[in-house]
Amino acid sequence: MKLSWLSSAALIAVAATVVRVAFFTPLELRQGAAQKIFYIHVPAAWVAFLAFGLVAVASAVFLWLRDPRLDRFAESSAEVGVVFTTVVLITGPIWAKPIWGTYWAWWDVRLVSTLFLWFIYVAYLVLRGAVDSPTLRARYSAVLGILGAFLIPFIHLSVYLFTTLHPQPIIGKASKPSLPAEMLWTFFLAFAAFTLLYVAFIVSRYRYAEERDAIASRPDLHA
Amino acid sequence: MSETLAAAWLIARKDLSIEFRTKTAFFSAVTFALLGLVIFYYAWDPTAVAAIDLAPGVLWIIFTFSGLLGLNRSFGVEAADRAIDGLLASPISRESIFLGKALANLVFIGAVQLIAIPALAIFYNLPLGPVALPLLAIAFLAAIGLVAVGTLFSAMAVNTRLAELLLPMLALPFFVPIVMAAAQATSRLLSGRPVAEAGAWIKLLLAFDLVFVVACALAYPFTVED
Amino acid sequence: MTVTSARTEPHPRLLEVAGLGRVFGARPAVANVSFSLRGGECLALFGPNGAGKTTLLRVLAGLLKPSAGTARLSGILLPGGAPARSRVGLISHQTMLYEALSARENVAFAAGLHRIRDPRRVDAALERMSMLDRAETPIRSLSRGMQQRVSIARAMVHSPQLVLADEPYNGLDDSGARALTSLLRELRAAGTTVIVVTHNLAEGLALATHAAVMKAGTLVRFDEKPSLDIVTYSDIYRKAVASDV
Repeated sequence: MKLSWLSSAALIAVAATVVRVAFFTPLELRQGAAQKIFYIHVPAAWVAFLAFGLVAVASAVFLWLRDPRLDRFAESSAEVGVVFTTVVLITGPIWAKPIWGTYWAWWDVRLVSTLFLWFIYVAYLVLRGAVDSPTLRARYSAVLGILGAFLIPFIHLSVYLFTTLHPQPIIGKASKPSLPAEMLWTFFLAFAAFTLLYVAFIVSRYRYAEERDAIASRPDLHA
Repeated sequence: MSETLAAAWLIARKDLSIEFRTKTAFFSAVTFALLGLVIFYYAWDPTAVAAIDLAPGVLWIIFTFSGLLGLNRSFGVEAADRAIDGLLASPISRESIFLGKALANLVFIGAVQLIAIPALAIFYNLPLGPVALPLLAIAFLAAIGLVAVGTLFSAMAVNTRLAELLLPMLALPFFVPIVMAAAQATSRLLSGRPVAEAGAWIKLLLAFDLVFVVACALAYPFTVED
Repeated sequence: MTVTSARTEPHPRLLEVAGLGRVFGARPAVANVSFSLRGGECLALFGPNGAGKTTLLRVLAGLLKPSAGTARLSGILLPGGAPARSRVGLISHQTMLYEALSARENVAFAAGLHRIRDPRRVDAALERMSMLDRAETPIRSLSRGMQQRVSIARAMVHSPQLVLADEPYNGLDDSGARALTSLLRELRAAGTTVIVVTHNLAEGLALATHAAVMKAGTLVRFDEKPSLDIVTYSDIYRKAVASDV
């Protein structure tokens, strides 16, 4: 399979990250080996939210400029974003069980916000699949993309209120404010690698969308 | 501005006339709500959970789902025979269509609530008297949020395949803050706490309403193909 | 036909279409359509299915924005928002009625959208389409032909300057068709401009002062009377749709 230089660079970066995480990053004192999944979990969350932020921005600009390229980008970012969001939601409980003693934490604002991000992504993609007219599909998705961005802060606020008014026995803070240099470097590498991966995915997904739309608008290519 | 309101009122009246004529959606929503009250009661162990603890959650959950039943019909009535074209080809503004529909939905949901809340009090043996007024205020605020988001999404869903499945999928994530705030506030009220303790949740509801009424009203014209 | 730039000189009941186009995504449904009509004139628009006739009417009704070119109604650039839409009446093969409401309620609602509150105008519109005696009947209890009549009454209640009729004879029985033809004639006499899309050459030509054929989004023919008798036109039409682009 031929890979573009971007995809190759991204895969190398991710591989390097995994190697560094596994072999060259010290174990965290209290959490042990389980903490290492955090090097996947947190950068994936960063990309998940970045992807959605870009969906929202692209949606807003699309409603203003009506350029179909923006819609294609939003579509690509949503599909890539949902994958990263799923990774966050899977790695989260894997980490949480040994550390917090529970798979899911309703008081963890970020985890629940990510869950709702996932719901919005899925609704976005299902909506796109349910509309036949391309122009209508683009507008509807754009509206959902923007409204979804407004929802997430409210989820954040609701869960925060819920937590402060219902004190929970375990309030585990996931990341420490100050990490030893090696761990910080691993985090930086992971962030960079995942962002690169995001860009690589977007580029190829966008290209696919471009070709698909070009074929769809050529009636002579239809049977 | 007054033209927009006048047109919105005309549309709301028309929608309510249609609903009043057929009554199917209303009776479905009410029956659904009442059945929900019954099912939830029997689904819990009454020795483990007191009815009064169950009540707030139950109320706002069934309110959400029965609301969805009403919201479905909102733009459904315009899709038949392309009546929506009649609205769009007339001089009224797009905003007034949204406002009118939302207003009719608000009345619809309010009517369901006016039956469901007393039913809850009866079935779950709740002392609603002292908290009636704050409870109505919470119900009103929650209904506004529900209607703002639900009207917009029902306008979109009606033009898709599987409209009845898509509407909940789109709307429910947005309903969660509403249900949470309304249920938590109701719970405070029912346990005899001062209204101020529910204050934070009520403020959240207010903020949600403000943001989403404006956002959805502004978004609606974009959902009209032109 | 000069296109005026000054808004101070409104053209009385004149429709001017210049280079009008409308695309959906990459697909052009209407391309480079130009024509103009005076008040009282009637255009019969023919063409095969998918030729873009309905799209053209929807653009003129203000339901769709043009992708290219311009259309002006009484000098107002379409889509002109409320001022333009208040001058247009749209009839389509969908009735745009609310089944659960009565004929009167539907027409009164349409009147209300145009801020007409006088119930006599509602009665007059129903009477004109011979539906006054069935005014209180719910739409779902009416036959297709009667529903179409109510739909026409709904489209006329605000006395539009431009009537756009997309296959209005669809579903009408003989007496309904005669009522519609005489109504359109009256409108023309009163200075209203009419565009009728129809597959029935005879019906269209009976009313028309102009006839046009659309094919694949473009106007391939635009003719004025007196060249419009049914025999010659059938020939013209056949040739127009058969010609390869």
